[in-house]
Amino acid sequence: MNFLIGAFKPPCTISISFADGRTRKQVPLKKDNGQTVMVPLFESQESIIGEVVVEPLQGKKVEHIGVKIELLGQIELYFDRGNFYDFTSLVRELDVPGELYEGKTYPFEFSTVEMPYESYNGVNVRLRYILKATISRNIVSNIVESQDFVVRNYTPLPPINNSIKMEVGIEDCLHIEFEYNKSKYHLKDVIIGKIYFLLVRIKIKNMELEIRRRESTGSGHNTYVETETLAKFELMDGAPVRGESIPIRLFLSPYELTPTYRNINNKFSVKYYLNLVLVDEEDRRYFKQQEMTVYRLLETP
Amino acid sequence: MMTGVADDEDKWLAAGIAGLQQNAFYMHRAMDTNNLRDALKYSAQMLSELRTSKLSPHKYYELYMRAFDEMRKLEMFFKEETRRGCSIVDLYELVQHAGNILPRLYLLCTVGSVYIKSKEAPAKDILKDLVEMCRGIQHPLRGLFLRSYLSQLSRDKLPDIGSEYEGDADTITDAVEFVLQNFTEMNKLWVRMQHQGPAREKEKREKERSELRDLVGKNLHVLSQIEGIDLDMYKDTVLPRVLEQVVNCKDEIAQYYLMDCIIQVFPDEYHLQTLEVLLGAFPQLQASVDIKTVLSQLMERLASYAALSSEVLPEFLQVEAFSKLNSAIGKVIEAQPDMPVVGAVTLYSSLLKFSLHVHPDRLDYADQVLGSCVKQLSGKGKIEDSKATKQIVALLSAPLEKYNNVVTALKLSNYPRVMEYLDNETNKVMATVIIQSIMKNNTRILTADKVEALFELIKGLINDLDETLHDEVDEDDFKEEQNSVARLIQMLYNEDPEEMFKIICVVKKHILTGGPKRLSFTVPPLVFSSLKLVRQLQGQDENPFGDEESTSTKKIFQLLNQIVEALSSIPAPDLALRLYLQCAEAANDCDLEPVAYEFFTQAYIIYEEEISDSRAQVTAMHLIIGTLQRMHVFGVENRDTLTHKTTGYSAKLLKKPDQCRAVYACSHLFWVDDQDNLKDGERVMLCLKRALRIANAAQQMSNATRGSTGSVMLFVEILNKYIYFFEKGNPQITVASIQSLMELITTEMQSDTTTQDPAADAFFASTLRYIQFQKQKGGAISEKYGTIKVSDS
Repeated sequence: MNFLIGAFKPPCTISISFADGRTRKQVPLKKDNGQTVMVPLFESQESIIGEVVVEPLQGKKVEHIGVKIELLGQIELYFDRGNFYDFTSLVRELDVPGELYEGKTYPFEFSTVEMPYESYNGVNVRLRYILKATISRNIVSNIVESQDFVVRNYTPLPPINNSIKMEVGIEDCLHIEFEYNKSKYHLKDVIIGKIYFLLVRIKIKNMELEIRRRESTGSGHNTYVETETLAKFELMDGAPVRGESIPIRLFLSPYELTPTYRNINNKFSVKYYLNLVLVDEEDRRYFKQQEMTVYRLLETP
Repeated sequence: MMTGVADDEDKWLAAGIAGLQQNAFYMHRAMDTNNLRDALKYSAQMLSELRTSKLSPHKYYELYMRAFDEMRKLEMFFKEETRRGCSIVDLYELVQHAGNILPRLYLLCTVGSVYIKSKEAPAKDILKDLVEMCRGIQHPLRGLFLRSYLSQLSRDKLPDIGSEYEGDADTITDAVEFVLQNFTEMNKLWVRMQHQGPAREKEKREKERSELRDLVGKNLHVLSQIEGIDLDMYKDTVLPRVLEQVVNCKDEIAQYYLMDCIIQVFPDEYHLQTLEVLLGAFPQLQASVDIKTVLSQLMERLASYAALSSEVLPEFLQVEAFSKLNSAIGKVIEAQPDMPVVGAVTLYSSLLKFSLHVHPDRLDYADQVLGSCVKQLSGKGKIEDSKATKQIVALLSAPLEKYNNVVTALKLSNYPRVMEYLDNETNKVMATVIIQSIMKNNTRILTADKVEALFELIKGLINDLDETLHDEVDEDDFKEEQNSVARLIQMLYNEDPEEMFKIICVVKKHILTGGPKRLSFTVPPLVFSSLKLVRQLQGQDENPFGDEESTSTKKIFQLLNQIVEALSSIPAPDLALRLYLQCAEAANDCDLEPVAYEFFTQAYIIYEEEISDSRAQVTAMHLIIGTLQRMHVFGVENRDTLTHKTTGYSAKLLKKPDQCRAVYACSHLFWVDDQDNLKDGERVMLCLKRALRIANAAQQMSNATRGSTGSVMLFVEILNKYIYFFEKGNPQITVASIQSLMELITTEMQSDTTTQDPAADAFFASTLRYIQFQKQKGGAISEKYGTIKVSDS
């Protein structure tokens, strides 16, 4: 919105490139217009080094009152679309006011940038990181160019990772005990578990395990909660009898999960749940939902 | 409405097949282009057709088989994929991403098969994982087929000893564990099937279940094929685990089928060595299980195993097979109080066969079995159930067949006690079987005790067990039966007269209870048996009865008298007469005049009082004459009395020709060749003349009534008597008397009124030829005949 306003074509082009652009890992990112582009991937505490190249159009001069590059971490809530909340904002002044007649290259460096939150593209909220180069001008609008990048943060193996064990039931009707081997799973993890049928008096048709994502945005009156079912994984076919135990083995890798985000700058949270669903022959559903923590495991080479 | 269901089912099956084929088509295309992802996608969709609940087991099987064929192709594809560099471990994970469990598990098993073959992980781990994961299918039908698929894929990949998939030290345990677990789960699913759906379709469901039983049984077959299972392993692990499942499933169909399976698939040697464990399971089975069939199978197998080679026999003794089986049967019967009689009897019958084959020398075992059987039958009365009856017959026939000797069976004290439970009809059948066995094998029954026992056995034939309804008996059958009894009586023989006498007494005691219908069959053989003994005694110099020989033969004759007398109750005068005459002859040979006389008297009394039919009289008369002629024991007085009576009777016969013949036959009573004091020519002549007179009278009578004088046959016959006595030197017979008789005959023959009788002509002609011949023969005879003139007419 900040660029291409008015009938005038900007007198110059701006491009932002990364020093390690060729070697750095690229990940897909879905843009506003629906297109997917490949963008570089960073993690917190990394230095973001690169250069901004300003190339005036042929025979044009560019008057400016300063050139700067900003690193922005923004949260955009869709009920408040277009209004970005910057939780991170770093600026590097690249040039003092003056005139540009020919192309100029400005190296920049943000060293060990604190980027506590991961890039996230949700239903009602987006968290993004951008590099924004601005040629500030008087009277006419600024010339702006931005470059997205993605941040992912890795977590080491949690020191404590208890299993989830639970006994649930409906009195004199159904009594089961289930167990998931962990409470915290990384993105490529596999959920191993077991369901014990202690009492079965209903005619069960099948049983499935769902992975549900709960995205909660806003606060107070403006809280929006969106729940998506990401996985429906059939665990059992047919009716078990008392004493049966059914194994669970669910690989998480096929699903597009993100880590659990507990409280992102008081703006939103993303949580994951395992939902065990039993369906009886009359299609009644009996379920028990348990939160699981998802984290991004630091892959040790 | 059943057809409606069937039609629908056909439609569903067709739809399933169509869906399956369509996805298979896309799967093939993906495989052709090495597109793993699509191949997985379409194979999963293809397999989703197996998720249907609408098909009966039969139709589901059809669908399954089609999927199975496609899965073979997919397996090949997976194998190629791994050769192209796709990691099998990744593939193993990849297929588990499928959201629906049934396609997922089919795919997992298929990849698992490739995985094992790749040897990148121990077979046991993969198998264990697969069998565990399959728990996710709790639907009986789908679960059974899935596990059957697993079983099929894994059977050549078990970590058996000697297999290429052999693992570490416990490898065999792993293999066994896998199969056992799959078996257990499959059986549970199978058993659970009976609770699916409404109660009114129970019968249909049971039929469907039966169709599926081989899927479960296959596992036992796989177990039996595992090389590494030795006896110890079988004893300690395999059998107890399998039995545990069988007993605990508490399902009639499964228990019956699986017990039978165990017996069929595992070697007999193992059964023998684990008999106690195996048998221990039987009483724990459901009461409705047809244990008798299964247990009988086992005993039969063991028996034929024993028959195979004598080397294994010590094993049977060592494990006390018999007593274990015996007690097991007892326990089974105890545990199943509602078991029908046929069940118990079948079991004992099998046990008996087993015992006879395995321990032919242990007759006490056989008796023990019969004893147990009696115990079971006691208090139940006669057995009505025809199947049970059949089994008892089988039970009782077994020892006869085995030993080919009734004597052995007679040693079985419980044998007759079992027979008592048969109904009359079957009792007879059984008795016939026993007799036939004796006949066939020519069994000698030597002692009175045995005979007593034997008659105890066959008493169904000897007398009417109950008094009612014997008119229902088929006449031919009855004759057949009684004839066989008669033959049996003939077979009873002992060279020792004392014992033989006892035997006769025993037989007599029994047959006299037989009632009028039987006596005519049973009395004659006994009489002849007794007479045989008489002859034997008579021929012996040494006297087995000490100094009282005569008393003893007398004793026999007394007995005989009683026996024949019994016939009067029928009555059967012809037979009685014949037998009296036989006895008389025997008495004659023993020089017992009074006895012989008594018999003759009896014969005469019968003749006088009971033989009224004229034809029978003629026959009887000739018999009497014939017998009397041979008697030499009588003194003059007795003989005179008897011959006088005889000639008297002869002349009183109804028809003239009969009279004539009887009278000329009587002539022999006065002329006995080897007894000089019995050559009374005069009385011979008297007889012959009287015969001639009667013949004449006959001619005249005939002339008067029919206008023709019958045949000259009688004259020719009398002429022959003349010639006979002439040759024997009876002075009363002169050439002239012969000559005149011949002339008489010739005249008669030429007379117009005489009926032409070619037979008489021929007889006369040959008589004349005889005379001619004697004349020309030369010597004393020719001289004698010299003066007889034979006309050449």
